[in-house]
Amino acid sequence: MSNFGSILLWVIYPYVMLLSFVFGTIIRFGWFRAGITAVSSEMLEKRKLMVGSLLFHVGIILAFFGHILGILIPKTWTAFFGISDEMYHLFGSLMMGTGAGLLALAGMTILTYRRFTNARVFLTSSWSDLIVNVALLITIILGLASTLSSPFLPNFDYRSTLSVWARSLFYLQPKWQLMANVPWIYKIHVICGFAIFGFFPYTRLIHALTLPWQYIFRRYIVYRRKPRV
Amino acid sequence: MKIKAQIGMVLNLDKCIGCHTCSVTCKNTWTNRPGAEYMWFNNVETKPGVGYPKRWEDEGHYKGGWELNSKGKLQLKAGNKINKVGLGKIFWNPDMPELDDYYEPWTYDYQTLFGKERKHQPVARAKSQITGLNMDLKTGPNWDDDLAGSPEYFKQDPNMDKIETDIKANFESAFMMYLPRLCEHCLNAPCVASCPSGAMYKRDEDGIVLVDQERCRGWRFCMTGCPYKKVYFNWKTNKAEKCTFCYPRIEEGEPTVCSETCVGRIRYIGAMLYDADKVEAAAETEDESKLYEAQLGLFLDPNDPEVVEQALADGITEEMIDAAQKSPIYKMAVEEKIAFPLHPEYRTMPMVWYIPPLSPIMSYFEGRDSIKNPDMIFPGIDEMRVPVDYLASLLTGGNVDAIKYALYKLAMMRLYMRAQTSGKDFDTSKLERVGLTENTATSLYRLLAIAKYEDRFVIPKSHKEQFEDVQSEQGGLGYDECEGCSLAPQHGSMFKKAEAGESTNQIYAESFYGGIWRD
Repeated sequence: MSNFGSILLWVIYPYVMLLSFVFGTIIRFGWFRAGITAVSSEMLEKRKLMVGSLLFHVGIILAFFGHILGILIPKTWTAFFGISDEMYHLFGSLMMGTGAGLLALAGMTILTYRRFTNARVFLTSSWSDLIVNVALLITIILGLASTLSSPFLPNFDYRSTLSVWARSLFYLQPKWQLMANVPWIYKIHVICGFAIFGFFPYTRLIHALTLPWQYIFRRYIVYRRKPRV
Repeated sequence: MKIKAQIGMVLNLDKCIGCHTCSVTCKNTWTNRPGAEYMWFNNVETKPGVGYPKRWEDEGHYKGGWELNSKGKLQLKAGNKINKVGLGKIFWNPDMPELDDYYEPWTYDYQTLFGKERKHQPVARAKSQITGLNMDLKTGPNWDDDLAGSPEYFKQDPNMDKIETDIKANFESAFMMYLPRLCEHCLNAPCVASCPSGAMYKRDEDGIVLVDQERCRGWRFCMTGCPYKKVYFNWKTNKAEKCTFCYPRIEEGEPTVCSETCVGRIRYIGAMLYDADKVEAAAETEDESKLYEAQLGLFLDPNDPEVVEQALADGITEEMIDAAQKSPIYKMAVEEKIAFPLHPEYRTMPMVWYIPPLSPIMSYFEGRDSIKNPDMIFPGIDEMRVPVDYLASLLTGGNVDAIKYALYKLAMMRLYMRAQTSGKDFDTSKLERVGLTENTATSLYRLLAIAKYEDRFVIPKSHKEQFEDVQSEQGGLGYDECEGCSLAPQHGSMFKKAEAGESTNQIYAESFYGGIWRD
């Protein structure tokens, strides 16, 4: 791949998507707050949603923390706590990652089937709902495939290439050269992942940022008084 | 003591004829728009019957309202906070009603009726208002209207489970009533307590429970929390909506649309003062049949100078106190004890109360020897165990004596007024047996039977001028986020025609077609 192509894919594209995520979120919460909801379709269909939604959410949350662990935490830190590379790859990456990925994939498959075959759900879906659905399904399949392919790629260690590149994005010195020898399946997963970040604020996904933590600490009955002059 | 004011309603079921005018006017005002087609902020049910949504009183299934935990403390029946988080109920709410528990709304394909002449008579088929697909109608709003006696439907009424089987037999010939239902605007509202976003709230000024459309994130716990199933989910905006108690009208001192249009004049609206500090303790009363009395104990005498002083100190306006002193609700619920809350056993402290119907009992009884001996009504009430038990399970959590007392009182008032108007003698000492005097019997008769507009509705105006920035609220309340909520865009073509210079008559002729509005 030419240098320009690499820079486009591993420098410009990720930054555009991250900026879209940050500013999109600010704009959504600042000016279009009222439209932020979980966009539930539970009222229209309930039984498939139970299995699909629970599996998907549990899986995707585990996968989210797995990504934080694998990408944002440098090798030296885990080594400091006495976790060897083999242990990390076997238990952390392969077993936990595959587990979370399978949960999310099973859930998303059921949710996709439900969204496209249930007349009530399909006909009340927006284009945005359908795109989010398909994008998540593709990204999860690619992510799971990447994890499962790792035992067959003994010469590739994502923690010394992909993760270092990902962290370098955050301190604004992107080491795009590190992406050169990353297997293509990882690359497509990364590209899809950034695409999801990019449209995150403009779709139903934004509900993940409005988790109502305050409910746990709140008193039950809420009174509101109109302000007096 | 912390005094708060609450606007409440009483419905005199004795006079409800089940005409559904309240439901229809409410619908035309509030839920006549896409996403809200299946919602009835107000509906009228035939009792005993299935209800809307189906079997809403079956809290073993829907898990609405409050219950006492092992320590005797209140907790939401759908699970406390830790339970909801721990079981991931936010990802999938196991107790939420489905669309088919209500009904799938539909319209008819009227256009087929206006096509070219064809060989066969055209038929307007039912089309779902959600999917647009053809529907095979199996159920709909108020499908069991007036079918209370049929075994098919009265067996499906959850209240019947509480009544012993051997007396069910004579039921179908004896008893039917209408139950108009709306949001109860509870003092201890479980929907408010369920809302994770804090979008649902009680207005401090008048206790009306509202959903803040700006803050609702569509987590749907309110729908489960409400045991009366009066919070709905708009499938188009993906947010919760509920009866607003027509607060824009209440703020102007006008009654709600359902009350204003009630042809039977069965609805009363007034203010109550209550002690907010005692609500929790009252809702934790262990015995379900004592919850009605516990709620009565919350209301404060608005004529007590100490209460008035405290109310003023707690920021209640003089107009509200004045309204509370003249409140028809206070008179019927607290002074005369003829009105009862709906299902107090849900521990919600509801604020829409009902006067139990005497008519079904009277009509059953009058066929026999009541003409000769009107006093026979009293043993008659005792004899009619099923309706009285039924009313008690509906209105007092099983407190039969309270229901009987109210029925005696209503019957005695009728006998007294019948004697008065027909010039017969009446032993006025009989009035004392049911806690009436000649004066109170007459004034109760005026309130219940004559039911003058100004007696039924005593509503204090809220002083908007005291609130900040009234102008900024203009157009900012309601459903402005919802595209297509107003019907104007659908009829927008008319405005264009008017601009193009067509006369009203021309537009009318083109737009109306045999009384059916054409888009």
